[in-house]
Order: sequence, then C-alpha cells, then structure tokens
Amino acid sequence: MNAPEQVRKLRIATTSLSGCFGCHMSLLDIDERLIELAHLVEFDRSPITDIKHCGHCDVALIEGGVCNAENVHVLRELRANSKVLVALGACAINGGLPAQRNNLDVRRCLTQVYRAEGSGEVQVPNDPELPLLLEKVYPINEIVRVDYFVPGCPPSGDTIWKFLTDLLTGRTPRIEHPMLKFD
Amino acid sequence: MFELETAANPETLRRVAIDPVTRVEGHGKVTLLLDENNKIHQVRLHIVEFRGFEVFIEGRPYWEVPVAVQRLCGICPVSHQLAAVKAMDQIAGYGPITPTAEKLRRLMHYGQIVQSHAVHFFHLASPDLLLGFDSDFTRRNIVGVALDFPEIAKQGVLIRKYGQEIIRHVSGKRVHGTGAIPGGMNKALSRAERDEMAKDIDQIITWTQGAVALVRRLHETNPGFYNRFGEFDSNMMGLVAPDGALDLYHGALRAVDAEGKTIFDQVDYSTYQSVLQEDIKPWSYMKFPHIKSLGADKGWYKVGPLARIQSASYLNTPLAEAERQIMLALGNGRPVHGTLVFHWARLIEILHAAEVIRDLLNDPELLGTNLMAERGERRHEAVGVIEAPRGTLFHHYRVNDDDLVTYCNLIVSTTNNNQAMNEAIRTVAKQYLDGQEITEGLLNHIECAIRAYDPCLSCATHALGQMPLEVSLVDAGGVVIDKVTKDSAGLRHQPTGELIVL
Ligand code: SF4
Repeated sequence: MNAPEQVRKLRIATTSLSGCFGCHMSLLDIDERLIELAHLVEFDRSPITDIKHCGHCDVALIEGGVCNAENVHVLRELRANSKVLVALGACAINGGLPAQRNNLDVRRCLTQVYRAEGSGEVQVPNDPELPLLLEKVYPINEIVRVDYFVPGCPPSGDTIWKFLTDLLTGRTPRIEHPMLKFD
Repeated sequence: MFELETAANPETLRRVAIDPVTRVEGHGKVTLLLDENNKIHQVRLHIVEFRGFEVFIEGRPYWEVPVAVQRLCGICPVSHQLAAVKAMDQIAGYGPITPTAEKLRRLMHYGQIVQSHAVHFFHLASPDLLLGFDSDFTRRNIVGVALDFPEIAKQGVLIRKYGQEIIRHVSGKRVHGTGAIPGGMNKALSRAERDEMAKDIDQIITWTQGAVALVRRLHETNPGFYNRFGEFDSNMMGLVAPDGALDLYHGALRAVDAEGKTIFDQVDYSTYQSVLQEDIKPWSYMKFPHIKSLGADKGWYKVGPLARIQSASYLNTPLAEAERQIMLALGNGRPVHGTLVFHWARLIEILHAAEVIRDLLNDPELLGTNLMAERGERRHEAVGVIEAPRGTLFHHYRVNDDDLVTYCNLIVSTTNNNQAMNEAIRTVAKQYLDGQEITEGLLNHIECAIRAYDPCLSCATHALGQMPLEVSLVDAGGVVIDKVTKDSAGLRHQPTGELIVL
C-alpha cells in the first residue's frame, strides 16, 4: 500500500483492559507490515509506547473487558479522545474467559486465594493503590459506545491489518470469511 | 522488613506515581514517596489487576484446562498450555509421552522462547537501549527504533515472526492454538511444514548471534553503567536436566545463592510446596514467594534468563554456551547480578533456542505419527512445571472422579520475581533518583529496571482482589449497572500528596 505523501498520519491509541495481551500480540503479528504501518500511523497511548494518557486520536483499539474501576476510567478516556473506537477480540466484545468469574461469589474467591499458607489467616490485599474491583466483568459496549467489533480470540494479524488498512484508505471496514473467525 | 518497602510516616511525604508502567505485558504501577528534599522513603511495584483463573477453573473438566489457561497470557500461551498439559498427562493416567509428542512439544516451546524473547527485546526494551533511557518519550518505542535503526527493527520483527510461525505449524494458530492434549499431541507435523521451518533457521541463528553481539557491544561501551545498574545480590532458581544442563521443557528444580553455591538441587517439582512458600502483602495482588528453608527475608530469589543460565551448569548447544562463557566472565568467578545483564542473558537464550530448534528440525522422529501415550491408572492430583520465557512456571491441580477440577494453584514466572523486581527498583531509586529533581527520564530508569525482568503482569494477576469502597458503574445511558460497596473495616484512604501525571 502506498501512502500519498500529503496524507496526515492517523493517530492510534491502544489499551488492554482485562485481557491477556493476545490481541496486542496479534497486532504485532502483522510482522513486516508493522514497519509499513510505522510510516502510516502514529501511536498515542498504548502498552507499546511510553505515552501514559491519550490525546486526540483517530482510532482506539480496545482489548479486554472491564473488570475494575481503573478499566472504566481508561476506557472512558479513550472514548472521549477518539473518533472511532474498536472492540478488538472476544474479551472486549463479551468479557471473554475472565467473565467466567461472573458466576462466582467474589468474596468467597478472595478468601480462598488470599489465605496464608500455614496460619490459614485471610489477608486480602486492600491498599488504596489497588483499583476497586467490579462484581462482574463487563463487555466494553455496556460502558461506552463502540463503533466496530472485531471478533476472534485473538483476531489474526491479517484480520487486524485488513481492518486498519480499510480505515486508513477511507473504506468501510469489512471482514469476511476466512478472516472472520470467533476462536 | 526490606529497606524502602514501607515509609515510617507516609502522610508527610509526596507521592509520585508511574501509572501505568508501559512497555511491559500487563498492568502495574510504581509509587514513590519522597520528602521535601526529594529523599526517597518508599518504593513499591503494585500489581493492580486481578483475574481469578485459579478459582473459576474449578468445576471445569480437566481436558479443557490447557486451552483455557493459555488465556492467562497472550505472550506466553504455549507455556501455560504445556505446564497444564504436563499435569493433565498424569491426571488422565498417561505414562511417559511418545518421543514424537515430546519433540513436537519442545519445538513449540522453544519456538515460543524465540518469539517471546524477541518481542521483549526488540519491540519493548530496545527503545531504551538504542534511543536512550531519557530520550524523547514520545519516540521511545518500536516505531522510533524502526525509523532510526530500520535494519535492527526488521530483524527483530522477523525473528519474532519465525517463532510465531513455529507455534502456528505445531498448534494451528499463532496465539491460543491447541496442539498439546493430555497424553500427547493432536496433530503430526508434515514434511512440507518441517521444510518450511527448516529453510530459514540458519538465517535466524545468524540474526540472533548478531543480537547477542549487539548487547555485548552495548556493555562494552559503558561497562560501569550496564553492569552496575540496579545490581543487587539474590538467590536464583531454574529447572535443570539430570546432568545439570539447562532444560526449558522438563527437569528438576535447582536453586543457588548469590555466590553460586547450591541451596537445593534435583528437587522433584511435584514437591515444590516443600521448598517454596508464598506470602501476601496488602499492597499488591501478586504474592511473594520465597525458599522455605531460608525464610522470607533471605529466601527470595530471581528466576528467568539471568537466573537460570547461571544456576544451570551449562547450555547444551555450542554457540550459546560460548556466549554464556563470555557473559559469565564479567563476574570473575562470581555470578553476575546487574539488572541490565538480564537482556544479555535473554538474547543468549534466543540463540540457544534457535540452535535447539535446528536440531529438532533435523531429527527424523519429529515427523513420526505415534502421538499418544499408553493409558494407565487415573490420578487425582498432579503438578506440571516448565521454564516459561520469564522463568519457572508451576501449575498444580486436583481433579475428581467426574473429571472436574477441584483445586488449582498457579505460581507464574513473574510472581517468583516479585521481591526481586521490587529490590531492583529500590536499588535504582537509590542509585539515580534519591535527592534529585524527579524528571520523566529518571522515572523511566525505574521502568527500565522492571522491563529488564520482562514481567508478565497479566499472568501474575490470576488472583481476585477486594472491593473496599462504594463505586457505581453507570452506562452510556445513565443507568447504574454495577455497584460496589465499602468493606466493614472502612480502611481505605486517599493516596497522600500530589499526583504527578506524565
Ligand atoms: S480476546 Fe483472547 S487473545 Fe484477546 S485478550 Fe481476550 S483472551 Fe486474550
């Protein structure tokens, strides 16, 4: 793909909420095209940059569902600053595997995990620096408006590339078989 | 208690936060507490996420576990799959897996070492090393490296791609494939797939040699800095083969002290609970393990590349072993403990993994079709351990007669490094930040110390956290969809002082 010189670089932010980083790994799975992408876009806030808070962006890619107060905060920051917000992968779309905890009583889980060996004393971490945890893991579209949903666990590098290049060239993003997968 | 872990009078101090820690995998933040002279009184790495895998995996059928637990981590899914399946081999009653199955698992695992180490070094850490610890933070990333050092970036991308392609050939997908199943593997490798991988391996070995040389040169240009940055003594642990060679897929536990003297050796990993113990601290969701016999204050240890290539007696591939000897020479007979030497050790491991892959690809047994072991007596409890890219990874399960998991305990690699990472950032804080005007570049020195460990904080956050205050979650239309209530102790208070937002 050749980018005309005069075209402004698109600004992209990415984040991982309650995800496993597999969707970000898939973004890197565009391989050599990553270097091409470096000439077409600029990255804003992202786990792969050192920008800690996002400025105005064209596209925000969101991996992971929402499991704590900090996730809510970050998601809203990205929504407020981006024109197009994308739910990338199963966790962002429906909570994914972490949402399995939605069937459980959180308190029982806590006492089970944070029971000290030996003494059996329960010591659940409770420092103010730790973000508050929600009772359930939520899909991101329950918190903010979502423009596109890209399924897969994770969506493949090729799928992400097709999606981004469609956006970059002003086409309506379209993902069809065999790139449209849910596993 | 550890120096700089807990300030005596936090309410009088100013808080500086690095939030989030970036160019690492997962969610973490660092807080520093300083007085009016910028003297540092407290430094902590907090792991701020929880997942709950250990709990919700209970009640699931055992055969589902290897593919479920890989969702702990998208960077090292193969490690979780293999550690779980090594436990489930035994639970399902299988004897030793077939030679072909073991070689396929090894191929996939060493492929993952290549991809994970490459993504860490090139995509995440190299911007600090190539562009500078306090270079412009808006450019200090892989894109900046691609623009300034296109050849290095390209090789990094292609080395990672090679590892990912190995994983795809063996497991069907680059991230979260299948492959290993209790008792063996679910698919044989075709000759065409093998040849596809074999054709590029020599190039990959050459490039990884180049990467080792790159880091060696960096150390030579500024040895005082590279060798001393964040240097502190600690014990080290890893898996070794019966003859003491490093073995990343299978072995027994060995731990050595800071001088390299043996603490324990050839410990059967299924008895890990007799040598290791985990402690809980209120300010992190990640637990703090230590070697039981030495106690919490003296028994903490490092795992991962720097720890295991020094606790093992040798590497059984020639190019990597020669490079290891050059690295060890830094210490004049004593183990090396500089935090940045982790990068050097990690790249030696990529070279080692590439050599192992070449040998596996040349092995005719790799193309065998006998993939499943003989089945014998079922068991109710088993432990699977592997050297993941970031260090020793423990999976421990109990399964009932209905095939459902009743107990799960995970000690992930990064958890093993919890105290060591805190020690590293406290050392760097003392070396570079104490008494200084805090700048973005100085704070990045702290992050560089964390990055050297290549922590995987999403793996490390498998446990569930607490909800001590009331928070309402309101959706886009103003409807309250979740509410969290205050705990009975009501202990939560606001962080002290001012928050520096970068
Ligand atoms: S969708 Fe899959 S790959 Fe993406 S974050 Fe969730 S578990 Fe990981």
